[in-house]
Amino acid sequence: MTMLRLRSVRALRRFFQHLASRGHHDWIFVIPSLFLVGLLGLPILALILRAINKSFFTDALSPSALSALQLSLITSVISVGIAVAFGTPLAYMLARWKFPSKHWLELLIDLPVVLPPSVAGLALLIAFGREGLVGGALSQINVTLPFTTAAVVMAQTFVAAPLYVRSARIGFAEIDVRLEEAAHVEGANQWQLFREVMFPLAGRALISGAILTWTRALGEFGATILFAGNLEGVTQTMPLAIYLGFERSLGIAIALSVMLVGVSVVLLLLTRRLERKQ
Amino acid sequence: MKRIITSIIVLFVVFLSACGTPAATAPSPQPQTTLTVFAAASLTDAFNEMSKTFEAAHPNVTVKFNFAGSQTLRTQIEQGAPVDVFASADMSNMTALVSEKLAGASQIFIKNQLVVILPPNNPAKITSLQDLSRPGLKLVLAANVVPVGKYALQSLDQMNTAFGPDFKTKVLANVVSNEQDVKEVVAKVDLSEADAGIVYISDAIAAPDLKSIAIPANLNVIAQYPIATLTGSKNQDLATAFVAYVLSAGGQATLKKWGFTPLQ
Repeated sequence: MTMLRLRSVRALRRFFQHLASRGHHDWIFVIPSLFLVGLLGLPILALILRAINKSFFTDALSPSALSALQLSLITSVISVGIAVAFGTPLAYMLARWKFPSKHWLELLIDLPVVLPPSVAGLALLIAFGREGLVGGALSQINVTLPFTTAAVVMAQTFVAAPLYVRSARIGFAEIDVRLEEAAHVEGANQWQLFREVMFPLAGRALISGAILTWTRALGEFGATILFAGNLEGVTQTMPLAIYLGFERSLGIAIALSVMLVGVSVVLLLLTRRLERKQ
Repeated sequence: MKRIITSIIVLFVVFLSACGTPAATAPSPQPQTTLTVFAAASLTDAFNEMSKTFEAAHPNVTVKFNFAGSQTLRTQIEQGAPVDVFASADMSNMTALVSEKLAGASQIFIKNQLVVILPPNNPAKITSLQDLSRPGLKLVLAANVVPVGKYALQSLDQMNTAFGPDFKTKVLANVVSNEQDVKEVVAKVDLSEADAGIVYISDAIAAPDLKSIAIPANLNVIAQYPIATLTGSKNQDLATAFVAYVLSAGGQATLKKWGFTPLQ
């Protein structure tokens, strides 16, 4: 701990020496940046500082925290699976094929990224709810989606899958068309071309897209609480447990928050490594 | 690029003028005072109506509300939200704020009782309280930290004594979601996503298209609503005036109209 502190003090001193050695105009960049960095960094720091106490592990290992963690992991992994299985062909089509109204399809896929999750939840409810556009027909065959774990996965996929499609589309689009032509000349069919050429070459984009989708799915809150409701072990994911825990026991909420921050940091580091290697 | 920027500016201006219409009226000669009231979600309709009467009697005052579960409001007040008046749906959230010296002395201003609500078309064909224990039903309650969720559990305890030893267990097995405040329970039932919900009588009155099943007095719970001014309020006189209005005959009559039980 002291080593770490010493090192950070040295780094800070070096940073200011560096500033002093350059023209005073550097402050024009540094001061506004410090404001924003403070806004972004202080809450995370406060969260970690509050989490450091004796009860952290009892809170983190409490039954409701663990069931939320388990549910979040299972649902988010399924959501990523769905995004990859159904999003890869879609991204490939978007990157390589030409068809009418393609830009409208691209817009539709980008929409959930900018849409507030509460809008997503309401839309899902109106579409797949018991009296919804599709849900009405589903309930005729005794399938009801709201308040189920399936609804959690749907909410997560709705908001997170577009991130994967986007990343995969860019990955595929960057591959040299001549490589594909060469493969065609060699007699490869569409599937072989995809499996042998496109998939390996776009691999990094696909993986980093999947990781981004995973982080987004883990953090999903608004659409889930509207469409899937809140029931421990069935639909209460980590973000929901944090929201409820905020009022019941701040300790559990903080423990879960720090766990989510940790997971997100690890996943972001992974994507950055992938991008660097590229 | 220029065209894109122009269209963004146009969109922004349209947006601004759309939200700014009421503010565009001539400025009042005296400065406006805003009274911030944090109130239990079940008070939404009654308090919204009462604020109009209060604003009419106090020309330069605007009453602003934050309606949510009482436990949410209490947490927000504890975290420093600037509030003048707090009206809770239970004693415990109020008592906590009073003992933390965040709220002044509180007094009970109204009572409420529970009722079972059903979607307009009653998809599960529920006709009695006993039906709530039928397996496979989708029941929505408020979470047990929300006052109405806590009261619902107390009422189920009483039904348990009346209807048989495993009644409550069976009913709780039907719960598909624990909502954050009473209005979210109403919304889920109104959308027909849930077959039934337990809310206050006042919520059933505020949502007249819903069906309801009365809970007899011996199985019901009387919710007592306390109100207090906050010690951090910068408008103490106005806050006190609002509390007095809520307790006045006029305030009580409005609350009664919305299904609450007046003190006398």
